[in-house]
Parts: sequence; C-alpha cells; structure tokens
Amino acid sequence: MTLISMKGLRKDFTVRVKAGRLRREKRTVSAVDGIDLSIEQGEMVGYIGPNGAGKSTTLKMLTGVLTPSAGEVSVCGLRPVPQRTRLALRIGVVFGQRSQLWWDLPLRDSFSLLRHIYRVPPQEHAARLKRCRSLLDLDDFLDIPVRQLSLGQRMRGELTAALLHGPSVLFLDEPTIGLDVVSKQAVRSFLAELGAGGDLTLVLTTHDLADIERLCRRLVVIDHGRVVHDGTIEALHDRYGSRRRLVVELDAPLPAGFVVPGAELLSTEADGRRAVFELTSSSAGAVVGSLPALRDLSLVEPDIEDVVARLYRTP
Amino acid sequence: MANPYTSLARAQWRSFASYRTSFVVDLLSNVGGTALDVVAVLVLFQATRTVAGFSLSEGLLIVSLSSLAFALADFSVGNVDRLKTYVRTGLLDAVLVRPLGALPQLLLMDLPIRKALRLVVGVVVLAVALHVNDIEWTPARVALIVIAPLAGSVFFGAIFVISASVTFWWIDSGDLGSAFTYGGRDFTAYPVPVYSGWFRALFAYAMGFGFVAYQPAVTLLGRDDPLGLPAWTGFVSPLVALIAAAAAALMWRAGIRHYRSTGS
Repeated sequence: MTLISMKGLRKDFTVRVKAGRLRREKRTVSAVDGIDLSIEQGEMVGYIGPNGAGKSTTLKMLTGVLTPSAGEVSVCGLRPVPQRTRLALRIGVVFGQRSQLWWDLPLRDSFSLLRHIYRVPPQEHAARLKRCRSLLDLDDFLDIPVRQLSLGQRMRGELTAALLHGPSVLFLDEPTIGLDVVSKQAVRSFLAELGAGGDLTLVLTTHDLADIERLCRRLVVIDHGRVVHDGTIEALHDRYGSRRRLVVELDAPLPAGFVVPGAELLSTEADGRRAVFELTSSSAGAVVGSLPALRDLSLVEPDIEDVVARLYRTP
Repeated sequence: MANPYTSLARAQWRSFASYRTSFVVDLLSNVGGTALDVVAVLVLFQATRTVAGFSLSEGLLIVSLSSLAFALADFSVGNVDRLKTYVRTGLLDAVLVRPLGALPQLLLMDLPIRKALRLVVGVVVLAVALHVNDIEWTPARVALIVIAPLAGSVFFGAIFVISASVTFWWIDSGDLGSAFTYGGRDFTAYPVPVYSGWFRALFAYAMGFGFVAYQPAVTLLGRDDPLGLPAWTGFVSPLVALIAAAAAALMWRAGIRHYRSTGS
C-alpha cells in the first residue's frame, strides 16, 4: 500500500538579496524543484543530500508545516496542509533541532500531556511507553525536567514522544545530529527494532550515512531540490562504479607487470609486498587464487561517504 | 479524559510554578501596570474639571471598561505577540505537527498567568466606577455591563491576532503591532469627543475602537452622546467584535499558509 506519494512537488521561496545600498532584489529560489516519489507501507527510507538540498523542506511539506508551491502530496491518504490536524494523529515527527517536549516539565509529564493531546486510550499509552522505556532506558531520567537532560537523553525522549500515539509513519529530521557514539547507537538500534515489525514506515534525513547503512534499504539522494538517486545502497555503488578493494600481503614482492583478470592493480607498497586491487568482477576468489605467495588479505567494502561526496559534487 | 487544551493550560501552570520567586514578582508588577493605566487618565482630570463634557466619574467608567476589556484580551490572547519568536526561530514547526489548532496551542503554551491579577484590578476599578456614577439600572444595562467588557476583549484579542499575523509576511515587523494594540487601548480610555476630524472617523468608527468603551459607557450613563449617535450604539460592540474576529481568523489562516519555517 502506498503511504506517501509526491507528484511534481515544488516549494519556491522568494528571497530578497541586497543589491546596492538601499535597493533589494527579489529572487525566487526553488528549495524543492519537482519531486516525484512514492513510499510503501513498512519501508525505511533514508533521505539524504547536502545542506540546502531541500530535505527538511520536503519533510515539512509532508508533515503539513509548509504549503507546497505546486504539485501534489498525499500522506496516509490525507493532504497534509488542509488536513493537518487529522494527519498529525497518523504521523510521528522528530525534528532534531526542535523539541516536542515541555522544557520546564519532567519527561514523564510531557508524555502524559501528549496522551491527552492525541487522545490516546490509557492502556495503549501505557503499553507503548513501557516498550520505549525498556528499549531506550528512559527510567533514569523520567523525573528530570527536560531542560536539564543531556542531548542524548532528550533525543530518546523525543523519539518516545513521537511514538506514543502509535503513528503509521515516523518522520525523523536528523535524529542523530550532535549525539555521541553511544547515544547514536542506542537511537539506531531502537529504530531498527521498530522497523523490524514491518508496520511502521520510516523516513529519515541525516548527514550521518552510518544511520542509513544500518537502517535503510532504500536511499533517496536529493540535490538542488531534485532526486538524483532512488534505490538501494548497492544500486548507488553500481551506478557510480564504486568497487570493493582487495588488500593483500605477500611473502615475496609482486612481479612487475602482474595482471589478473577481474581486478585492477591500484598500488603497491612495502617493496611490492603489499598490493591493493580494485575488483571489477564480483568474485574475489579468482584473484586470490592467482596470487603467488599470499600471506594475508583483507577485503574493503566501498565507502558510502566517498560515493555520496562524489554525488554531491557532480552538477 | 481531560480536554487537550485544558491539559496544555495545566502544563503551563506547572511550568510557571517551577520558577516560583520570579513568578510572584511578575504577578505583582503586573498589578502595578494596570493601576498605572487608570491613574494616567485620572491625572488628566486633575488638570481640568471635565474632559469633552465628561466628568471625572464618567471618565472613570470609560477607562475602567476599556482597561478590563484589554486586561481580559491581554491575558487570554496577548501572548500571541510571541508568534514573532516562533516564526523567526522556526519553533512553529513543532506546534504545527500536533493534532490541535495552532493558535490555541500558542496561547495556552504561553498563558500569561502572571497577568491574572490584572483582571482582578480591572474588575475592582469597574466596580468602583459603577458605584461613583449614578446609574439607573435596567435589565438592558445590567446585560450591557457584562457584554461590553467581553465584546471589548474579543475585539482587542482580534487586534492582537491581526497585528501578530503580520509577522508571517514580514518577520521583522518589530513593534508595529503594539501601535494598534496598546495604541488602541489608549484610544479607548478617553471619551471619543476628545478626538476630532479624520483621526476620530478612522479609529473610533471605521476601525471600531469607539464601540469598545465609549458608546457602552454613554448608554450606561443614560446621557446623550455629544456626537449624536443613538443610545443603541452602546450595544453594537459584540457585532464589531465579531467582524474583527472574523478578519483576524482570515488573516491567521492566510498567515499559516504563508509560513516559511527556517532552515534546519
């Protein structure tokens, strides 16, 4: 079932640019420039792009915060802006930089307030809260006012807050921004656990590609307001020719002019006793078999950061 | 289950309670504020026995109606002027993803409980004003003394919302809004005949400020309006308030659609 669909979605902003001492020029900038995308129930989609690519703007149009300039958008069968309050009951939103919690109240109070705001039956609320408490280790800081929580604790609170009404879609805008390694891992494994159920649809924007590798089967890359890639991480590697590397340690130096089918020699080090090959075919076995005096080897998966960096740079 | 809006208001109360001392100081300084508004008008009557044909006690009735209406509006809707901050920082995003109306949320999230004592002061001053004037009570006048402050507060509330909404289009609208809200309150504190010409026509009648306190006061006192409006004009404030509220609602809706958020 298609849960989210966008057709020709656009968002234009007029900005005024200084053009002289008093004069200002109006300029129209398309933050989102015609996006077509559809997301099925249960999908976990990573939405990435450089700063200013239009990620947050798209998310804000999907959640009913911003009115699109053109195009169609539908989430859970609802039109986000006109049916904003109805949609709010079906979605959960975590904006990494904007808190949903009550600053001066203990986390526990924020949660019970949200129960009233979303009109959640007490048993359902209690069951969901219990699950989040155990998965996110909330018990240590449930009674501390939100303003005194660490960022990692607050983010765990935000995630809980977004889930207490049992949304069908969870939108996360940079959920791991600014978190330390341990908190990042806690957030990721929590999201992975949620996604494993297969009911929850998850759309997440991030700059941390480890989030995507851990969580998302599908990756959507946008740049300058347009989709430049939509598919799996493997498809991205295929498309941009990123290959696995084979690093071998040899007992004797590699003979000069050594050629092996299915791989390309990139470099040799340590007087030819260490060599780096880039695999052009999918099998490393053939290459390994043809190497003389092999002592040790390691296979390096292509680095997604490199691929994405290349993607951002290509105009 | 409690109403979501009631829950929001209660949460606000608890938030305030977590900063006890500053809360009490705020509460008391706000009482001073309202008293000063009234004193400013009384000082004028020290200089001259009558103002535009109105005696001190009649003037007190006008300023007390205006001040109670404004205190009610300021208490319930006045904090909408914080919208500027919400729009500028993009905090409005968090408000818009909840399943409640944006305006009531904003108002309840910042309910200025510290301004509550202002209402008490307003009611006391009105009671004094009613006491010092020799009013011939009829059922219509009793109704009017309830209707006038309420309609006036709806009217001021609408002005608050309209002037705050400007920020959706013009982020650094600054204190332009205050010119209409606080300026409007000051306008209504005096008998309308003290103003003249186009200024009076525009503010008192075209924009409706004359119907907040002045016309109801004239009707309550049972005297002729020096400007010749019939006595029933004392009762039109609910209509004026309704029109203002409708305009505010339209402006607010258009503003929300025009909201641009901020980069994040």
